[in-house]
Amino acid sequence: MTEGCAGEEGLIQLLDKDGVRVSTPENEAYRDQAAGVDGEDLRAMYRAMLLTRRFDDEATSLQRQGELALFAQARGQEAAQVGSAFALAPQDYVFPSYREHGVLEVRGVDPVDRLRLFRGVDHGGWDPAEHNAHLYTLVLGSQVLHATGYAMGIQRDGLVGTGDPARDRAVVVYFGDGTTSQGDVHEAMVFAAVNNAPQVFFLQNNQWAISEPTSRQTRVPLADRGLGYGIPSVRVDGNDVLACYAATLDALERAHSGGGPTLVEAFTYRMGAHTTSDDPTRYREAAEEEHWARRDPIDRLAALLRAEGEWDQEWAAALDAESDALGERLRTEVRLLGAPPAGSMFEHVYATEHATVAEERAWMAEYEQFEEANP
Amino acid sequence: MSTPTVTLRPAPTPALGATPAPGAPPAPGATPAGSVTRAAPGAPVAAPPSDVQTLAMAGAINLALRDSLAGDDKVLLMGEDIGPLGGVFRVTDGLHAEFGDRRVVDTPLAESGIVGTAIGLALCGYRPVCEIQFDGFVFPAFDQITTQLAKMHYRSGGRLQVPVVIRIPYGGGIGAVEHHSESPEALFAHTAGLRIVTPSTPQDAYDLLRAAIASPDPVIYLEPKGRYWSKGEVERGASPAAGVLDTAHVVRDGTDVTLVSYGPTVATALQAADTLATEGTSAEVVDLRSLSPLDLPAVIASVRRTGRCVVVHEAPTAHGVGAEVVSRVTEEAFHSLEAPVLRVGGFHTPYPVAKLEHSYLPSVDRVLDAVDRSLAY
Repeated sequence: MTEGCAGEEGLIQLLDKDGVRVSTPENEAYRDQAAGVDGEDLRAMYRAMLLTRRFDDEATSLQRQGELALFAQARGQEAAQVGSAFALAPQDYVFPSYREHGVLEVRGVDPVDRLRLFRGVDHGGWDPAEHNAHLYTLVLGSQVLHATGYAMGIQRDGLVGTGDPARDRAVVVYFGDGTTSQGDVHEAMVFAAVNNAPQVFFLQNNQWAISEPTSRQTRVPLADRGLGYGIPSVRVDGNDVLACYAATLDALERAHSGGGPTLVEAFTYRMGAHTTSDDPTRYREAAEEEHWARRDPIDRLAALLRAEGEWDQEWAAALDAESDALGERLRTEVRLLGAPPAGSMFEHVYATEHATVAEERAWMAEYEQFEEANP
Repeated sequence: MSTPTVTLRPAPTPALGATPAPGAPPAPGATPAGSVTRAAPGAPVAAPPSDVQTLAMAGAINLALRDSLAGDDKVLLMGEDIGPLGGVFRVTDGLHAEFGDRRVVDTPLAESGIVGTAIGLALCGYRPVCEIQFDGFVFPAFDQITTQLAKMHYRSGGRLQVPVVIRIPYGGGIGAVEHHSESPEALFAHTAGLRIVTPSTPQDAYDLLRAAIASPDPVIYLEPKGRYWSKGEVERGASPAAGVLDTAHVVRDGTDVTLVSYGPTVATALQAADTLATEGTSAEVVDLRSLSPLDLPAVIASVRRTGRCVVVHEAPTAHGVGAEVVSRVTEEAFHSLEAPVLRVGGFHTPYPVAKLEHSYLPSVDRVLDAVDRSLAY
């Protein structure tokens, strides 16, 4: 039942699985898009990917120690996330789902803040305006429509097709293969298409929606769905950071210039479990995991850096130290994130005073005072 | 979800049904702003200022939309058939011609899409006013409204505001087919993060809508479609009046029993009060106007005066807004009560077929029956 969903065949690739540059007529336009990526850029991408992997590992350990309620790893999807995020202009706005730790790494969202939600001390954790990065969204597909609406706002602001790369804005929304079955994704593509919205639909097909393979969501390659809406679509190798970067940059150029939305399907693999509550041994084969372990996106970029003489031993050692420092900081600071005061649950329910909330907040304060006075 | 066929689109004539006959008394206490207002019966009618006009409720809503669009470039309207057609009830008539495609947006026929994109527009600094075509068609958007719209300000720690207004024609009595006559207010009132208002007069329709659009909170604005063509005087405001969103109005003074109602049933309660007056019973009528929050001080003050209370709404009484009013009145005014607080409303059935709706909807007779039971206690 998987043949209809395509798979690894026909993907746009700039690096093969061993990190060797690929040159084909099909990828020529994308090679051009990535032509400006130099060694320093590649090392910056590698750094973001490696720190995202470390973030994943530390957060998973913290969950195992009971310090986080839950955690959803990005493991295996670092190239898709970091590559696409590197294509963003600072003024572009991103809507993540809940697994885009690599995107938020690139957008500069503090890693401790990214764990507040999983720690159970905040439903958000950072200021979206500061990073042009929206909060995580846990209801599948809701953020895809928000992104379309935001893009419609950008159109009304007159910030599409100005010809000034520092002014033109677009939106990139992240979602997964399971989420493509949600009606909100369909509606978002309808709205984006008819409004010609400056939006990139960045679909990470990691092949598993918890326990369900992509064949439970679709009989055709997911990128093909875009065509039905009149949305240009492309399938790229999601473990190839350069291909993800180039395809997103291409889509963003279209959006910025007034060319409307694009669907990018990044075909990748969820190397870890869906979340720390999941057990993939119940539904997938070890052989499959081994197949994809040989396609680890971080190894692929490391191979390219080495082959092209861009791997600097001193730089690598410093990066390892930075990664260790990140781990140390997460282990320390996450544990210090204590429960907020009970009264804070009443804050920000409304932007203006609401009598019911005010009354219940006052009751709670009085109750707590009484409890304190009468232990 | 479907676009209703032409036969479902009411002609601009007075609605059938539970609403009172033309000429029924307009709510006298319809002053635009401030806290609870009390209109003394028989008080001299002030000479209307020059900017007062007589409008049907639909026209008052149209005027509020027009004034809001004119007053703030960030306001835009979104909905199905609201453009050149002017909406299936013609509430947005003329606005597309005046404000154009970018500000009066005919959307795809997808309610979740309307509300979901409205949230995104709000995050981008806009103030979208969404029209849901009929009450029964709001549910595809229920997920976006309850899991996203209601929680965005909260989950962002107050960093993100989503000033979205969702207009929903609601209520029955117009002889419509399935899904076109429902009263879903309790489903929204149960959700923290939403404000819910519903007018019963053209003046309130104007004031509440302008205030809803100006509010930084998401507001569900429920339009009693059976009252769309009832007329009243409307005074335009230069800017949205402050403090109108959360306040009830005492629309008729009385001493023996308090009738609490809102939206379409305010007229029913006023008619019942007229009848009661001929029988020597003085009924006070409170128009809640706001369902979240409830203006409990206004209700409780009234019940303390009268000692009896009957709540009237079209929605099913089970688990409804009336249940909340009864509970709070019992908690706060227990020692003032001469009788249990009673409810008159719809039943725990799906909204019935049109040929039965007049047995389902709270009629004047059923209100009188409840008042009799209260007085006899």
